Amino acid sequence: MDNLLSIVTFLPALAAVILAIFLRGEDKAAQRNAKWVALLATTITFLISIGIYTQFDPSNPGFQLVEEGEWLMGLKYKMGVDGISVLFVLLTTFVMPLTILASWNVESRVKEYMIAFLVLETLMLGVFMALDLVLFYLFFEAGLIPMFLIIGIWGGANRIYASFKFFLYTFLGSVLMLVAMIAMYADAGTTDIVALMDHQFASETITLFGVHILGGMQTLLFLAFFASFAVKMPMWPVHTWLPDAHVQAPTAGSVVLAAILLKMGGYGFLRFSLPMFPVGSDVLTPLVLWMSAIAIVYTSLVALVQEDMKKLIAYSSVAHMGFVTMGIFAANQQGIDGAIFQMLSHGFISAALFLAVGVIYDRMHTRDIEAYGGLVNRMPAYALVFMLFTMANVGLPGTSGFVGEFLTLMGTFQVNTWVAAVATTGVIFSAAYALFLYRRVVFGDLIKESLKTITDMTTRERAIFAPLVVMTLLLGVYPSLITDIIGPSTAALVDHYDTAVAAAEAASQHASN
Amino acid sequence: MIQSDLNIIMPEIVLAVFAMLALIGAVYSSKDKLAPGLVWVTALVMTAVAAWIGMNGEGSHPAFNGMFIDDAFSRFAKVTILLSAAAVLVMSQEYMQRRGLLRFEYPLLVVLACIGMMVMVSAGDLMSLYMGLELQSLSLYVVASLRRDSVKSTEAGLKYFVLGALSSGLLLYGASLTYGYSGTTLFSGIIQTATEGSVSLGMLFGLIFLISGLAFKVSAVPFHMWTPDVYEGSPTPVTAFFATAPKMAAMGLFARLLFDAFGADVADWSQVIALLAVASMFLGAVAAIGQRDIKRLMAYSSITHMGFALMGLAAGTEFGVQAMLVYLAIYVTMNVGTFAFILSMERDGAPVTDINALNLYARKEPARALAVLVLMFSLAGVPPMLGFFAKFYVLNAAVSAGLTWLAVLGVIASVISAFYYLRIVYYMYFGEEGSELQTNASPVLWVMLMASAAVMLFGVINMFGVEGAAASAAATLLH
Repeated sequence: MDNLLSIVTFLPALAAVILAIFLRGEDKAAQRNAKWVALLATTITFLISIGIYTQFDPSNPGFQLVEEGEWLMGLKYKMGVDGISVLFVLLTTFVMPLTILASWNVESRVKEYMIAFLVLETLMLGVFMALDLVLFYLFFEAGLIPMFLIIGIWGGANRIYASFKFFLYTFLGSVLMLVAMIAMYADAGTTDIVALMDHQFASETITLFGVHILGGMQTLLFLAFFASFAVKMPMWPVHTWLPDAHVQAPTAGSVVLAAILLKMGGYGFLRFSLPMFPVGSDVLTPLVLWMSAIAIVYTSLVALVQEDMKKLIAYSSVAHMGFVTMGIFAANQQGIDGAIFQMLSHGFISAALFLAVGVIYDRMHTRDIEAYGGLVNRMPAYALVFMLFTMANVGLPGTSGFVGEFLTLMGTFQVNTWVAAVATTGVIFSAAYALFLYRRVVFGDLIKESLKTITDMTTRERAIFAPLVVMTLLLGVYPSLITDIIGPSTAALVDHYDTAVAAAEAASQHASN
Repeated sequence: MIQSDLNIIMPEIVLAVFAMLALIGAVYSSKDKLAPGLVWVTALVMTAVAAWIGMNGEGSHPAFNGMFIDDAFSRFAKVTILLSAAAVLVMSQEYMQRRGLLRFEYPLLVVLACIGMMVMVSAGDLMSLYMGLELQSLSLYVVASLRRDSVKSTEAGLKYFVLGALSSGLLLYGASLTYGYSGTTLFSGIIQTATEGSVSLGMLFGLIFLISGLAFKVSAVPFHMWTPDVYEGSPTPVTAFFATAPKMAAMGLFARLLFDAFGADVADWSQVIALLAVASMFLGAVAAIGQRDIKRLMAYSSITHMGFALMGLAAGTEFGVQAMLVYLAIYVTMNVGTFAFILSMERDGAPVTDINALNLYARKEPARALAVLVLMFSLAGVPPMLGFFAKFYVLNAAVSAGLTWLAVLGVIASVISAFYYLRIVYYMYFGEEGSELQTNASPVLWVMLMASAAVMLFGVINMFGVEGAAASAAATLLH
């Protein structure tokens, strides 16, 4: 199959169109059909995407399965995957059937709900596969529309504020990136990502409004992209949209947001910032590293005092994303491998945690930690699953959470010891808030009247968690499953980065002599 | 000589003769009873002329010693003008008829305005420029006050007339200065004087006055004050007309004047246009936030959009003109769809323009709501809708012309303006219970809305070839 990537990308959208056109009515049967069509479509997408995995050659650091075609304005429709992106594609197709399954209890506007998720899947897959700047931007931005609707229509009480905040915050970040992309187009004459990686953007110091800008154009471009990816990631201090969006979004929305959408920021740093603006990245690395360290400690502390379970997990996500940015900007093999590993593992763990909140939310319709306690007495299976993922979130060795945190810390330690030291304290805080949450919800006596009749997980819920449990443990004990695939690509990236930075330093030394 | 000149302006002559014949026919027969049929015939004639112009024309032909120019640029603009005017006409027929507004003069005035616009975009001389502009403006003043018994409509017409006359005065003053300092009214002559010597201060003054006059016509800030009131006060079909064809015409004229007559002084006017663009984008974006009336909201939205179109012009390059043309073509298509929806908003037969009325509209009419959603995101410039590519085009033109600061300000304005487009989506999809909006089931409006939304969505594949046409149009303007 020559256009395997396009098939995987657009299959969910096709299912959405079929739903939109052929499914009529709002009765029970129509709702059931919508759910089954969505589940079937996402499952088939996942099965086909395994084909990408089998055809992918990990020893080749370049782009594979590339498709190319003409598009408007001299832009190209170009798709392809390399070691960095291929696993994100699989993560997306893996998580989507689970989110659909987790939405089985949705009752209002089911058809629209499923359409929104299917369209969102297409757009997310496109982000990870696009090899043209504008095509990337198109998928990246368009993803805001279904997410805006998902939060706004099916969200909680304060959903309107959250949906607007989510949209405008991310939109503002991305439009600056758009201008930077146009500037890159004007400079390099192409929007082909592969060609741009080899293009050297000017890095001589320039003076703008009396300010000397080290790294020149590269730094400016880096900052514009940073505006977008830092918001998407989200990094401290522009993370404030995330807790709002998470709390208000329906369970499945939170899952997609945490498991996949947040990864676009990290992916963007790896795809654009490091390879295309190495000098700019180098100039701003200390800033990013310290922002990451602050994010890890600060948001962990904020998580400690949350009363809302989803908000707590949202802040913990911000902290974990701090490890990712730290690892990326350590810019060495361990750091970047660790960052990618952390993103993938966080994809499974945070998805599972939000699903775990969803399980009890579906029963009690509240996310207040206060409202729970002693669940282990009536929900032993749930307590077990929740414990596993709490431990994985903390980074217990043997779970996938440990590998990512360890690698990023190791990578950072070689670059900036102080940042690594500060970030490590964050690991302790994360144990504190995660265990604190777990104790308050699951342990203790079951004294609340309303909880006396709560039931344990259903078969459907067990089926959702089973693959996540398997992945978390498997990656925890056998991490080279991932590192073997991403290794060659990250090695090439680090190599490219080091060469470019060294060349720029040599050039500036030469100039000053 | 005369024969070939007449051949070149044949489309305009055909339309003018049609207007006269229709006028005579209507006056001597049953008057307004013929009006509905006349609307459709007029739209048909305009579509036919548009097809004729679009398919027939090749090359560049000056007529009447260069006073009138038929080239790819004018053809592009004319086709857009005629098609959008025809679309608006058929959309308005049922609306106006049910409210007793449909007089036979309405389609005729629209035709006359269109002839004016066609002359505007073909102008090669300050005289033909003014002639076209006034023919257009006079027709528009009358249609703005079409609802004679409504205070608001009369007020709109009067406001438009008084301010329009002022702007015509500014324009004429600029034209006379330009004539005085260059010794000719021909664009080709003006550009020669400007190229040979340096631009004299008097010419520069003339240029600024001309720009002010035209900025009024495209409702660029600070000459925008009339727009919200006229949009709100005029009957909705007339507002729809204002928001589409005249914008294309005025921007076309703007480009023609700046490039054909002052093409040698790009550096002089580029900064002025850039300033107009920034002011329009920001004022339109910020002022629309407080609007509750969808027509006023669309007025401010059009101000923002004109700011973006001016950004393409400010680039001062061939690509900039191409970007502006693509922008306008997409903008006009979006507005036709949006106004098709606004025209169908009603409650118990009375038109509704309050955006609160849209509460949970998506539950009642999912298909239409989805189309409006597509249009709103397109207006906001969110991909993958065509509206994004329109913005991408002008931003690209601005950055490649070295106006990166303008592009940055533009995208910031577009984020601000995204808020009020999103708010319409918010009312339709997440609003509260208790809306009683009915939408009239007129098939014409439905088709226009759906077609416009479909164009916005599927245009992402190849833009329906607008790109190539705009490119050749822009190439003829900058020889």
